[in-house]
Amino acid sequence: MIRPMLGLSLASALLAAPVATHAQARPAALQAAGSEISFTTRQMGVPVEGRFGRFSAQVLLDPKKPETGSVAFTIDTGSARFGSAELDAEVPKATWLNVARFPQATFQSTAIKATGPGRFEVAGRLSIKGSTHSVVVPVQLAQAGATSTATGAFTIQRLAFQVGDGDWKDTSLLANDVQVRFRLALTGLGPL
Amino acid sequence: MNTAHPETTARYSFTAMALHWLLALAIVGTFVVGLYMVSLPFSPQRLKLYNWHKWAGVLILGFSAARLLWRLTHRPPASPPTPAWQARAAQGTHLALYGLFFAVPLLGWAYSSASGFPIVLFGVWPLPDFVPVDRELAEALKPWHGWLAKGLAALVVLHVAAALKHHFVDRDGLLGRMWPALR
Repeated sequence: MIRPMLGLSLASALLAAPVATHAQARPAALQAAGSEISFTTRQMGVPVEGRFGRFSAQVLLDPKKPETGSVAFTIDTGSARFGSAELDAEVPKATWLNVARFPQATFQSTAIKATGPGRFEVAGRLSIKGSTHSVVVPVQLAQAGATSTATGAFTIQRLAFQVGDGDWKDTSLLANDVQVRFRLALTGLGPL
Repeated sequence: MNTAHPETTARYSFTAMALHWLLALAIVGTFVVGLYMVSLPFSPQRLKLYNWHKWAGVLILGFSAARLLWRLTHRPPASPPTPAWQARAAQGTHLALYGLFFAVPLLGWAYSSASGFPIVLFGVWPLPDFVPVDRELAEALKPWHGWLAKGLAALVVLHVAAALKHHFVDRDGLLGRMWPALR
């Protein structure tokens, strides 16, 4: 950091409390290998699984003091893949994720609390396709060697984010609930 | 000994007729839907027709299993005298038809599973996958489902043509064994 900026950054860090006041919380690094964000939609009862190939995370968390931490995600909506050529061609369109207008989906935590050993609840704001909604995400953290693996799942309602419009609003064709699962390999996280 | 003529007394049982006509309707309908749905762009209509096609295919499998069991446990009525080559051709056609009743839906099911779209019957009951999700396998299975379905359609046409020939050319009463309204 450039020296003249220090005073300013310290001030902004204090203003941004409680996140930055905790000295031990250094940013953890997301390891692409071993990390995955996938989701399951239901078409007329048929589970269809997709995943996002590109995403990044800013994780500032001391697992011993989770309430001081913060987690932010940025997901490239254009990296959504079902593995079916037909669906992969469809999903970037305006009806679905509208990748041209909304190339990224984001998550920003607002509160993190411990709910048990290695278990946390991350509340935050999820933004997809220009709509933002609160979600609470249960996270389980396991550590092996230098790698901490965070896993969890939560359910969102696609129509709250205008994903699938027109005839596709019919939830008997395409369920409103979309299950999101993640597995994130992190290095540099403090011990549990 | 009862020597009554086959065309007046020997008919298929009600169960055999019901299964025959149910299957006939299901196969023709499912085949036509199959031909049509593949031409549709991605749409709710396409999604519906694909799922209906799959559900119908599962029903065809079930009807065929019931029908095969019935056929194996019940003697069909005697057919009117026909030249030996025609009797053999009829037997071969029936064998191939029965084989395709199972092969076509099973290939469709395998293709669906391999493509990553398991079948959920009526949108409620998930059916097991007997092949893994494997796009290459799916691409390999896809044309076979279509070819064998077209083969089945060709045999159905042959079957109907032969029945009509018996009825209108030979006038031997063969059709009355399976046609409910004919005596």
